[in-house]
Amino acid sequence: MKNNNEQQNNNKERNNERPQEKNEFVRSVAEKMYEFGFTTDVHTEIIDKGLNEDVVRLISQKKGEPEWLLQFRLDAYRYWLTQQQPEWGHVHLPEIDYQAISYYADPTAKSKKGPETVDEIDPELMKTFDKLGIPLEERLALSGTAVDAVMDSVSVKTTFKEKLSEKGIIFCSISEAVKQYPDLVRQYLGTVVPPRDNYFAALNSAVFSDGSFVYIPKNTRCPMELSTYFRINARNTGQFERTLIVCDEGSYVSYLEGCTAPMRDENQLHAAIVEIVINDHAEVKYSTVQNWYPGDAEGKGGVLNLVTKRGDLRGVNSKLSWTQVETGSAITWKYPSCVLRGDNSQAEFYSVAVTNNHQEADTGTKMIHLGKNTRSTIISKGISAGYSENSYRGLVRVGKQADGARNYSSCDSLLLGSNCGAHTFPYMDIHNNTATVEHEATTSKINEDQLFYCNQRGISTEEAVGLIVNGYAKDVINKLPMEFAVEAQKLLNVSLEGSVG
Amino acid sequence: MLQIKNLHAKVGDKEILKGINLTINDGEIHAVMGTNGAGKSTLSNVIVGNPNYEVTEGSILFNGQDLLQMSPEERAQAGVFLSFQAPVEIPGVSMTNFMRAAVNARRQALGKEPLKSTDFLKLMREKRKLVEIDQKLMNRSVNEGFSGGERKRNEIFQMAMLDPTFCILDETDSGLDVDALRIVADGFNKLRTAETSAIVITHYQRLLDYIRPDFVHVLIDGRIVKEGTADLARQIEETGFDWIKEELV
Amino acid sequence: MKSEQQYIELYQEAASIIKAKSCPVMNAVRNEAFSTFQCLGFPSKKVERYKYTDVDAAFAPNYGISLSPLTVKPSSYIFNIKDAPIDVTPYYHRVADVTDAITALNTALVHETLLVYVPKNTVVEDPVVVDNYLRGTAATMMNRRVLIVMEQGAKATIVMNDKATDKQQYLTTQVVEVYCHDNATLDLYEIEETTPLCARFSNVYIREGRDCSVKHNVFTLFNGLTRNLCDVYLQGEHGEVTLNGCAIGSGSRHIDNNTLIHHQVPQCVSRECYKYVVDDKSVGAFAGKILVDKDAQKTSSHETNANLCASSDARMYTQPMLEIYADDVKCAHGSTVGVMDEAALFYMRQRGIPEDEARALLKNAFMGEVVDQVKNEALRQKLYVKVEKRFRGDFEKCEDCQLCKK
Repeated sequence: MKNNNEQQNNNKERNNERPQEKNEFVRSVAEKMYEFGFTTDVHTEIIDKGLNEDVVRLISQKKGEPEWLLQFRLDAYRYWLTQQQPEWGHVHLPEIDYQAISYYADPTAKSKKGPETVDEIDPELMKTFDKLGIPLEERLALSGTAVDAVMDSVSVKTTFKEKLSEKGIIFCSISEAVKQYPDLVRQYLGTVVPPRDNYFAALNSAVFSDGSFVYIPKNTRCPMELSTYFRINARNTGQFERTLIVCDEGSYVSYLEGCTAPMRDENQLHAAIVEIVINDHAEVKYSTVQNWYPGDAEGKGGVLNLVTKRGDLRGVNSKLSWTQVETGSAITWKYPSCVLRGDNSQAEFYSVAVTNNHQEADTGTKMIHLGKNTRSTIISKGISAGYSENSYRGLVRVGKQADGARNYSSCDSLLLGSNCGAHTFPYMDIHNNTATVEHEATTSKINEDQLFYCNQRGISTEEAVGLIVNGYAKDVINKLPMEFAVEAQKLLNVSLEGSVG
Repeated sequence: MLQIKNLHAKVGDKEILKGINLTINDGEIHAVMGTNGAGKSTLSNVIVGNPNYEVTEGSILFNGQDLLQMSPEERAQAGVFLSFQAPVEIPGVSMTNFMRAAVNARRQALGKEPLKSTDFLKLMREKRKLVEIDQKLMNRSVNEGFSGGERKRNEIFQMAMLDPTFCILDETDSGLDVDALRIVADGFNKLRTAETSAIVITHYQRLLDYIRPDFVHVLIDGRIVKEGTADLARQIEETGFDWIKEELV
Repeated sequence: MKSEQQYIELYQEAASIIKAKSCPVMNAVRNEAFSTFQCLGFPSKKVERYKYTDVDAAFAPNYGISLSPLTVKPSSYIFNIKDAPIDVTPYYHRVADVTDAITALNTALVHETLLVYVPKNTVVEDPVVVDNYLRGTAATMMNRRVLIVMEQGAKATIVMNDKATDKQQYLTTQVVEVYCHDNATLDLYEIEETTPLCARFSNVYIREGRDCSVKHNVFTLFNGLTRNLCDVYLQGEHGEVTLNGCAIGSGSRHIDNNTLIHHQVPQCVSRECYKYVVDDKSVGAFAGKILVDKDAQKTSSHETNANLCASSDARMYTQPMLEIYADDVKCAHGSTVGVMDEAALFYMRQRGIPEDEARALLKNAFMGEVVDQVKNEALRQKLYVKVEKRFRGDFEKCEDCQLCKK
């Protein structure tokens, strides 16, 4: 835990004033203030709050969308009206006033047309990225990462576009894709996550603002990791990202998604959709590091992260790997899923979810085996501290035709403190007698012998917890691309800071 | 007893046996030697009908019967026995129950009544002594927790129980120390009658010192490339397989 | 048409008759249970604990209700609740989950209760055997109620057999309430051998005090549609509970086991092992939740569910859940759905054992682990034989097929 900023020190002082709990070393405390909590003063164009058909039409119009997309939105909206907010997660989702949310915010409105070069990007915005430690330009170039940064709802700047386009790779905002590659977008949009998939998917399909579009043509290995940083910025603005990744035959891409949101008192709704289409012999790696504002120590505020992510492994021998490190958000409700349709397709889900204070996470995956000899692996590590609730929820389904399907799931939960909860809800539906499905789960507290061993070697308890937790999460962290892994490790430490004393 | 003609077989998409011809008469012992991956174990698995191996061409006749048309259990009931190279563990199935089921299946095939419990246990006791196998292993599940040597002895014990007419010893010597090897080989020799035939698959001369082969076949790349008498095995022990490979070129 | 309506009408018509045949302690809670049922109706598949069984369909046939009297052989421990040697008010309908629709329906309709009462520090050596025979000439609904009160330091083994003799449609609801005072030891066995025409809804509720040890073993050997619920509340420190289940499905049988082990206090131990073999078109479902309260520190819990799918039309649903609010715990669960070990199968066939026989041996070996857990020697031996016969059950299977064909 080598974070030397002042806030942390202040925090420690504050912590020391708090009465010690019975359990001396595993004690939950208020955490350090949200490091990334600031608001960028950028001129933002916001549509008036509220949601109705006119707002849907207005979004579509502002984005200059074709008629079919407007119809897509309207259908989704009309369906959404007939549905109820789901209640089944192990989370306390507050009643959301959908009329109190503004559905469109455009931080680039000042310049009217999108910036062409880095210089054109609002300097304030650039500073925001600096504060986030996300080097957009040179540092990015050095790390070989292409970023399609999304701040609020409109894509700000896409780097490396030219380099990618040499290979025929399309990496742009989805609004741009709708204009430039309407046929591609139309062919795939909503085919993995249909607008009627669930309540939040319907909402997103009606009002999605922006997001990324990736197309990797046949037999192409994307030469760099593609990366998007989302950031919810404007007050009371729902963020409805829409990401569509299509990886054609024999191709490969690794995609990184990182998220931060500034501190707000009101809950902020984030209902994104990620759709991934993978054709024969293609492979996609999708990595997420999510550290949106989790709310304060009393559980006030924080992002509501209600996301639908799904990959469709359409092709034979296709591969998809989801890796997620979830440390933020007040409520996380997210199940990155895989439909293993192609024969011999392989899917993996690696997850670390950390909850502290009053955070609630209900996360996991679905592995739907439809093709023959399909394989899936689920490794989930939950870490709960403070007053938080952390649940793994996963489904493994083996369809009747999925001969020779195999799944291995391992879900471990670590409890730091006596006021938090760790839960495991795996579902297995097996309709084939040649399937082999294994699930294991354990729940335990942090190992006192390990802590003591560290103490004896002169390592403070807090630092030891950081070490042990990082070790515990290592299987998952190792799956992340290098730059991300370092960030994720830091995040784990930051998120648990002060959770033991 | 056994006639193999132009036998081709594959595992998955890979062709392993590429035309084997082999005739074994009553009472003969044939040694099959060869390098790793030559197809020795494939040959034994095909003879006993392992469903993981697919015969693409050729025939195997066993006492005039078309072996390839028979299920693995029918082959076993007819008197074909394989001493596995790596016998599997079968947790939860006791040795006694397992053996009773096997012995009675063989008896039924021969038109005999199932053995009475007391007679069966007596037979178990008798045969156990032959291979010096511990009673306590009989109370365990099949091969569960058996050492490598115990497993091989257990194979010969089962051979004794089932009284086959044709045996395949698939690398029965691997993983055995000298004493264990002697016990296993002695056991086999005691069980042999004038009619019993066998294929002995091995890398080494060692086992052949105890079980003397009438013929030796060298298997390389799915074909029998050289045949001879016991002297050939001794020659291979001294000089390896390379000279045979060179002859082929 | 929702099925509950006919039961609501049935109660309205028959309540006075039932009450007349019953006793005050049961009648005292009857009306309230009925209104609970009226309000809840049958649980739909959207109710989490009932998601794998279509309750409404099972209750849809027009059953006559059985009000035949309980036969109690004179014994020092078994009573008709009317003749209870103790005041049962603190127990009856106190352990059960009153918000469960099946329990509510049972409480409303049941006219007699079997009481097993083991006084303080009494050790009952021989198993107490409760036989339930389903006989009759018309489609019949039976509502069964059992109350087991184990006083401090009491020890007993109770075996409940469910058998159906006639080829008739039967529907059974059963509520078993077990109240174990401190230091009591109970082995409770339920063995079902009914027919494909039978439907069974059994809710077992167990409350344990300090230092208790309870084993609940449920064997579904032959059945039609079976739904077993077992809830255990560990309310005293150092309590232990073991839940074992053996479910064998063939034909188009349906076996749904749903368990909850609720650790409410520190230092308790729970173990759970359910195994299924599902063949033909049968459906197996297992949902087991371990719930550990905030104060239940030092809980140790281990749950396993292993399943063998033996045919391509069989289906298995499994859902092992951990819900944990205490930090100093050791909880683990494992669940597997697997196939027959092909290498073992081939090895056996090489020894001349016919394939069917080899498969039966392997299934039997797989289930052996559950039978091994049976403490009572005589019962264990009997169950080994029953399970083995079940896996070789040629006769049973043919019968089943005929029934399936119709």
